[in-house]
Amino acid sequence: MSFRIIVLAKQVPDTRNVGKDAMKSDGTVNRAALPAIFNPEDLNALEFALRVKDSRDDAEVIILTMGPPRAAEIIRESLYRGADKGYLITDRKFAGSDTLATSYAISLAVKKLAPFNLIISGRQAIDGDTAQVGPQAAEKIGIPQITYAEEFLGFNGDKIKVKRRLERGVELVESACPVLLTVHSSAADCRVRNAKRMMKYKHAKTDIELQELSEDYMELLETRPYLKINQWSVDDLGADVSFLGLSGSPTKVKKIESVVFTQKESKSLSDSDRDINGLMKTLINSHVLG
Amino acid sequence: MSNLYIDNEHLKFHLEHPMMEKIVRLKEDNFSEKDKYDYAPIDFEDTMDHYDKVLEIVGEISGDIIAANAEEVDHQGPSVVDHQVVYADGTKRNIEAIVQSKLFGMSLPRKYGGLNFPIVPYVMAAELVSRADAGFANIWGLQDCAETIHEFGSEEIKEKYLHRFNDGATAAMDLTEPDAGSDLQAVMLKAHYDDDKKTWFLNGVKRFITNGDADISLVLARTEEGSTDARGLSLFVYDRVDKAMKVRRIENKLGIKGSPTCELVFKDAPAELIGDRKFGLIKYVMSLMNMARLGVGAQSVGIAEAAYHEGLKYAKEREQFGKAIIKFPAIFEMLSNMRAKTDAIRTLLYETSRFIDIYKIYGSISQNRKLTPAERKEFKYYQRAADIYTPLLKLFASEYCNQIASDSLQIHGGTGYMKDFPIERIFRDARITNIYEGTSQLQVVAAIRGVGNKGYYNMMREYEKIEVKPELEYLKNILVKLTSHYTKAVKKVTSENDNEYLDFHARRLVEIAGNIITGYLLLLDANRKIDYKKSADIFIRKARAEITHNISYINNFSLRDISDFKM
Repeated sequence: MSFRIIVLAKQVPDTRNVGKDAMKSDGTVNRAALPAIFNPEDLNALEFALRVKDSRDDAEVIILTMGPPRAAEIIRESLYRGADKGYLITDRKFAGSDTLATSYAISLAVKKLAPFNLIISGRQAIDGDTAQVGPQAAEKIGIPQITYAEEFLGFNGDKIKVKRRLERGVELVESACPVLLTVHSSAADCRVRNAKRMMKYKHAKTDIELQELSEDYMELLETRPYLKINQWSVDDLGADVSFLGLSGSPTKVKKIESVVFTQKESKSLSDSDRDINGLMKTLINSHVLG
Repeated sequence: MSNLYIDNEHLKFHLEHPMMEKIVRLKEDNFSEKDKYDYAPIDFEDTMDHYDKVLEIVGEISGDIIAANAEEVDHQGPSVVDHQVVYADGTKRNIEAIVQSKLFGMSLPRKYGGLNFPIVPYVMAAELVSRADAGFANIWGLQDCAETIHEFGSEEIKEKYLHRFNDGATAAMDLTEPDAGSDLQAVMLKAHYDDDKKTWFLNGVKRFITNGDADISLVLARTEEGSTDARGLSLFVYDRVDKAMKVRRIENKLGIKGSPTCELVFKDAPAELIGDRKFGLIKYVMSLMNMARLGVGAQSVGIAEAAYHEGLKYAKEREQFGKAIIKFPAIFEMLSNMRAKTDAIRTLLYETSRFIDIYKIYGSISQNRKLTPAERKEFKYYQRAADIYTPLLKLFASEYCNQIASDSLQIHGGTGYMKDFPIERIFRDARITNIYEGTSQLQVVAAIRGVGNKGYYNMMREYEKIEVKPELEYLKNILVKLTSHYTKAVKKVTSENDNEYLDFHARRLVEIAGNIITGYLLLLDANRKIDYKKSADIFIRKARAEITHNISYINNFSLRDISDFKM
């Protein structure tokens, strides 16, 4: 039986390159103005998974993502880098889900993919920065979790050994499998796309994407079944809709403020040791440094 | 960092050249491999999309990894430990990324694990890597050796070596020796055949060998005892796993510091003969050198693009006398000329690549079936065109990349002379391009044939026949006039029937030809996309001035004036 690794990944707006149209006037993110990218720490998670896979000869890596139909791009990107297959959870009924509702849907999908040995996700997504979905999913699935994972150190029998990156040092931990890991940005960067895998998988499509394509495509898919990306709806997961979308999401955004730093917050310092020491202390006390 | 393919629309423009349809059709042989290999393309559009997406991967690796490591690699450089080369740490990371991306062996057929890419997109990849780090571009570019093994090696040798490229094997071509540089006929490294062991063994020294400690090396050696010329030389492949070759030292160079330049000692090193004895230099190395010259062309364009970007960025940021220096005529003129020259050598690079593509594909088709008379004619036509364009490209691209790097450094002023900006590295790296794989002076020796046999002239006339948009007619008229000046100059120089006189003016004649041909290529680019009108205009203006200068020099120079120059 294979050692199944499920990677949870999310397509996010690229908040690192924010232009002036990034927010709408109502305070929500203007997704149309921002390019959709693979959440950076989920790429670290994928690399983590691929390294576990490289260390043994019985492992498979499955990529699981939830989002609008265009999130299928995340699955193709993962296939190019070494994932074996992917599942897209997509349904209008998921719209408006907060972390609680999302982790509910993901936990159902993960259970559907049982038996599994490792669930690996990025620590957090750059759009919400909550770092909640991974831990909540672990709770709902009912497995232990290792957060802030930085490096895969191998197996000790059936137990996985992991280095965690903490604020003031590192921690080496071991856990029985299955376990959920959330991977920190200090972990290894994801490997580059493999040109041959890209050429092989670039035609991989979900059912929704197929609807907009020609008959030729159907023929291609018949001879190359690996090009079909699995797609799951609310019904496929057997989810209770009251736990999904807005109704399943206790998080309510009360107010969003655009904070503009103004000149009065600046402070002039000389290059004297006294001033530099003072600045260092302020930065350390405010946890900007250290 | 950025993706060096996506941020450079010129590459896509050349990739979409109308002649690509013919190249793809020939190369993919009616897409016959689509059911055999899961990564083979299914039709023309799919093939072009493959090229585009693979170049996007190369662009990403070039921008995010290779360019990011370039400065560190330049400072650290490779070292020799226990007679073996140890790459700089950044070089190791670069190679790891290339291996993971399965990009080595790009141009090999799929049955040997390659991507079956034609020369055009393969050369584009080389240009991208060169823009990121010209030193690493050598390690990347030596995968050309795979092409030579594929073209001339036995089936047994191909099976043994070619698959290893896609898995990450590095390569070297071991030609130069202490007393055999430009004159390779003087190669002394000895190969003898051991009848008992049924193996060839190599003994001797090689010098200035780029990436000399590679996994797979092609070695030029003397097989015919007592011979002293090219006919006594054969080509071998040496496998590093045999551990019979030691690296004596690596050179401390001005530039391309990440690329180890080795002195090698072969001691009873077993090796396998490529192709036939005695054809080493006259056939196989000539073919390898032509590819290497194309490679230096790509490297030069990459360096030129990098230098232009650095200069442009600095000129926009740097303020003097109350404004950005890019606003001063002295600076914007320099930058526009740099842009036009970069566009010029790039269009020459891809025209040459297309010629090589077509004749090479016909060459490999002819191994399986007889070419039709029409195909045979085309094969010859493009082979001849490639033969005269390759030295022209090497000459122009390497000289221009030096000029562009120098101008970019000049724009940086005193800052450019310091180690703080990438331009000083780019400037040092550029300097090798007009020296290795045949100096500019030797490219002229090769290119002058195209002057003598009317090869360049015929190409000018063919370009002239292509109709251009009315708003570009004025540029064509200039080029037509320059062509007639060119023929007159050629006539004047050749009518003396004196070889020394011809050699003396050879560079001037080749430069006139190159200026006209490149002018035509830019004109045709502008005809296809009007954005190139600016570069075409600037370049042809400059070409006209240079040609006038050269012709005036030739016209006021008689045979006996050479004696004033003799030393």
